[in-house]
Amino acid sequence: MGMTMAEKIIAAAAGVDACTAGDIETVTLDRLMSNDGTTHLTIDMYNNLKHPRIADVDKLVWIIDHNIPADSPKTAASHKKMRDFAREHGITFYEGEGVCHQVMMENHVRPGELILGADSHTCAYGALGAFGTGVGCTDYLYAMVTGTSWLLVPETIRINLHGKLRKGVYARDLILTIIGRISANGANYKAMEFVGDGMASLSMADRISICNLCVEAGAKTALMEVDDVALDYLKDHGREPKAIFKSDEDAIFSQVIDIDLDEIDPIVAKPHFVDNVVPVKECEGTKIDEAFLGSCNNGRIEDLRVGAEIIKGKHVADKVRFLVVPASRAVYKQALEEGLLDIFMEAGAMVMNPNCSVCWGACQGVIGEGETLISTGTRNFKGRAGHKDSFVYLASAATVTASAIKGYITSEV
Amino acid sequence: MGKVFKFDKDVDTDQIIASQYLLFPTIDEMKMHTFESLNGEFASKVKPGDFVVADENFGCGSSREQAPSVLKALGVKAVVAKSFARIFYRNSINIGMPVIVSKELYDVVKEGDEMELDLENGTITTGGATYSCTKLPAKMQEILDQGGLIASLDK
Repeated sequence: MGMTMAEKIIAAAAGVDACTAGDIETVTLDRLMSNDGTTHLTIDMYNNLKHPRIADVDKLVWIIDHNIPADSPKTAASHKKMRDFAREHGITFYEGEGVCHQVMMENHVRPGELILGADSHTCAYGALGAFGTGVGCTDYLYAMVTGTSWLLVPETIRINLHGKLRKGVYARDLILTIIGRISANGANYKAMEFVGDGMASLSMADRISICNLCVEAGAKTALMEVDDVALDYLKDHGREPKAIFKSDEDAIFSQVIDIDLDEIDPIVAKPHFVDNVVPVKECEGTKIDEAFLGSCNNGRIEDLRVGAEIIKGKHVADKVRFLVVPASRAVYKQALEEGLLDIFMEAGAMVMNPNCSVCWGACQGVIGEGETLISTGTRNFKGRAGHKDSFVYLASAATVTASAIKGYITSEV
Repeated sequence: MGKVFKFDKDVDTDQIIASQYLLFPTIDEMKMHTFESLNGEFASKVKPGDFVVADENFGCGSSREQAPSVLKALGVKAVVAKSFARIFYRNSINIGMPVIVSKELYDVVKEGDEMELDLENGTITTGGATYSCTKLPAKMQEILDQGGLIASLDK
């Protein structure tokens, strides 16, 4: 019987010839990412172990990205704990370099790897054909100490993409459409695998955006076949694949979905659920207080180019804040070189340092009671961006920028 | 016997404990903010041995382990839901907090009802009726029985 891409990666990491959805396998991990959202607690647990030890320190990558720079003495203390521990143990450590998943894609992820991340959006790594999955700090600690973890082999939903997105329609619109169709738990425990002729037209930025958001349908991981686009990205970043897997022709999928990219429209996800999606035109005119262009989902150079092209020569609406947050230092520097940050600054946007920003609602740009944010962030849960009685709409970089200019939700400028 | 605190479907981990509290130094400093956005009185009213009962997809969203940890720290005996999001489910077992799947309970209990959970036999008793709940997979039962995943590291 054939195997899926997910089954093949897990089998390789478990050192077995084959495995099938529903099996439980003990896997040796290739990499372990953790950020400042939970690492201070992991360290406390580590220090309470009877026999504290690290299986392979070279596999650990720690990244301060959520609340950087620190917003309070308590945050500063948690950061210090993480920084000191990383230094003491020689852990690869980033601070202020960017959102963890973007830093991982730029510097570490290789096709065929099995990576645990103490962050739900670790599934983004599937854009490079790696099995990334989110865990809590106890699983992380166990993996850090033993170098292994146990995994329930997931079933796979295969999504066949055909054709090409029309002008003005983006990867964000595509993945929100898919989540809306299968619902917020439509892929719970499952892998989402993207294949088809439509893949060729999707850039790495598009692919990361798509894989990143799959956890909003509950997915355990997202996977894409490694093609020339992925290999070029790897080469540009000085890395080689570990292994390249693709699903067998006779692999078993729990569901197969066909999507015609030409039929996707600009979409928004309305408060307070990511699967609460409607065409932008149904929300046209909804007044906003703030717009956010950034995050691990849409803070890459391609997204900033989209925004800059739309806002060039125009201005942010009166009494609207527009936050532009490049996803990494590399993206920031490139945007500087390309003159994009000048365009945003001239237009009245606030350009901020690479971090998770208002996407996670505890760092900067949080919104107050009754306020509305339109965001390229990952989530629109109640209170996600600040006050519990506030409203978050999710949309593409283009829709967010157009809305910042108009002061209300729109995809037209 | 414990009291029921009832929640709807798709309760995400941001609602259980909001981002702004996650970098507090300890779980004890976070726990009084549990469910702040959905039920501002939860943290002060819940007592050790009480239960959280929810509809489908409880604990979706972020992987923050602080979510099951604050519930455990407040003494919640178990979360009983129609279904759980994957990471929350796994995190709960890992820290030794029972998460129970029951397709029936949500529809028959109301906020404040008294209920009893018999973990060994996999039954819930409330309002004079007994309901059976779905058994944990063997691997997860083993982790729960030993008091969480970390216990195995200290052997």
